[in-house]
Amino acid sequence: MRREGSALAGAGVVMMKELADNLSSARMRLLEVLVFVAGAGAVYATIGEVRNIVSEDPFVFLRIFTTAKAPLPSFVAFLGFLIPIVAIALGFDAVNSEFNRRTMSRLLAQPIYRDAMLFGKFLAGLATLAIMLTALWLFVIGLGVLLLGLPPSGEEVARAFVFLVIAVAYGGVWLALALLFSVAFRSAATAALAALSVWLLFAFFWSMLVSLAAPLIAPVDPDDVFSALHNANVVEGLSRLSPNTLFAETALAVLDPSIRALGAILSSQLEGAVKSPLPFIQSLALIWPQVTGLIACFLGLFTIAYIAFQRQEVRA
Amino acid sequence: MSAPVIQAEALTKRYGAALAVDNLNLTIDEGEVFGLLGPNGAGKTTTILMLLGLTEPSSGRATVAGFDPLRQPLEVKRRVGYMPDSVGFYDHLSGLANLRYTAALCGLKNVEADKRIAASLARVRLTDAAAKPVHGYSRGMRQRLAIAEILMKGASIAILDEPTGGLDPQSTREFLDLIRSLKHEGMTILLSSHLLELVQSVCDRVALFNRGRIGLEGRVDDLMRSVLGGSHVIRVEAQGADLKRVIEGAAGVAHVTETAEGFTIEAAEDVRAAVARAIIEAGGALTRLEAGHASIEDVYTRYFEGARDAA
Repeated sequence: MRREGSALAGAGVVMMKELADNLSSARMRLLEVLVFVAGAGAVYATIGEVRNIVSEDPFVFLRIFTTAKAPLPSFVAFLGFLIPIVAIALGFDAVNSEFNRRTMSRLLAQPIYRDAMLFGKFLAGLATLAIMLTALWLFVIGLGVLLLGLPPSGEEVARAFVFLVIAVAYGGVWLALALLFSVAFRSAATAALAALSVWLLFAFFWSMLVSLAAPLIAPVDPDDVFSALHNANVVEGLSRLSPNTLFAETALAVLDPSIRALGAILSSQLEGAVKSPLPFIQSLALIWPQVTGLIACFLGLFTIAYIAFQRQEVRA
Repeated sequence: MSAPVIQAEALTKRYGAALAVDNLNLTIDEGEVFGLLGPNGAGKTTTILMLLGLTEPSSGRATVAGFDPLRQPLEVKRRVGYMPDSVGFYDHLSGLANLRYTAALCGLKNVEADKRIAASLARVRLTDAAAKPVHGYSRGMRQRLAIAEILMKGASIAILDEPTGGLDPQSTREFLDLIRSLKHEGMTILLSSHLLELVQSVCDRVALFNRGRIGLEGRVDDLMRSVLGGSHVIRVEAQGADLKRVIEGAAGVAHVTETAEGFTIEAAEDVRAAVARAIIEAGGALTRLEAGHASIEDVYTRYFEGARDAA
């Protein structure tokens, strides 16, 4: 049985309204301040380190993003940490708030499909995230130009831009998760807590869980080199189930051209390799599996949210 | 004038094992005010949601304005204005901004939308409050804003779910006037309520709903005649032994209901004299005896009393 009319009619209207709400909400202002302060702090701290190696590295500008200066983590690590929080804050009450405000049935009685509501809300969240990250990105690059006194090269700008796109995609994964919880839980507080516990799991506990689980799945035999390799592969596979790992690996590989491979490599594989930075295209090829993983993760979460929302009863 | 605008054939909705709406047949003509009457949980809202295509019926079909709500929900929703039970708006936005959002969802262009919004806000007397955020609105104002939304949309059918829920008597009266004026403009109105007075005063026809079924359907007067067996209602206050039986014994009395204050008697004619005589002769003390109007409340009580007994 086919429905008539476009499923996307009204999605643009919903998106513009939600975008306006997002950008003007107090919640978003607070997060913007937090992210800008954290980002600026991280970058400012690393500039001193980066200055010392200006003459050694052709891609010194990108070091602003990846260099850590204790006790502060690097800018990339900061983002890996903060983007999920911003995305969750944007999405955790997207759908359930419409029920709680009792606006859902009134809105759905307008000539739009439910699809428009969910797409509009997701796109608005993603657009908010993209605006914020782009502003932060420009801010950091500007700060770098000012403090280092040298402009980024064309390739550096291209690499940094790919990093920006990946950061937005990573936010999209967490936004889809938050949206899913906002459909699944009628109470916004429950949805927020559920999303934050998933974030906590991946941000802090995942690596511990992996190091606990890996020896059980692939025990290391001291006499067998291949068992150690197998173990390393299992650790890698398990940790890549976390979107945080995928983001960290992708960001690092695209921002640091000296990274030639992600994960374990044997010294035999490196034999005869010329020690030079990886071309841009090769870096993209290197991160492609991780990017695919992020996209798959997003699609999976969004599809579950979509199906759950379509099946939900309108009456509260 | 009298083409059916809303039609339901054997409409059924099941939630698991529970039947929310059971084999519902309904025909509402153009320009009619139709009341769905029943206690909470009788299946009124579910029926409305099925007519709007917001819930899928388990079986049966509906037609609204010539369209199938299941396959052509956008066409249906373009023509129908819906006011949900305890309607909500975006509290941080003004009444005007809320209506602008709806207008945009309906695909209205800005200039046209603003014109229609201004006219409909004036109609419900919200022009002065239009720029204020909705969180400062009273319940009655929200309800009127919902009506403004229906007007702005240019809907030819209005479906109102418990439209006077939580309103004070003054707001209710104003609201009823508004409904009457909409009816005069030829709008078809389907309203659901558990407030009997409301339904009686504005509806052309009503359907009594119970446990997902329509028990009775027809014009208010006809229902009264068929259920009450007469249009005379007499209220009696008296003290004495076994008065119910005594009154029932009086000539011409069709039915006696015991109430908190005394008894309500239904009869085909004015039997006050006969009732008074019967009470006095039985040694009872008669303190009050008056002719009351039969209201739909009596029909409702009688009908659902019967339904409970049968169950």
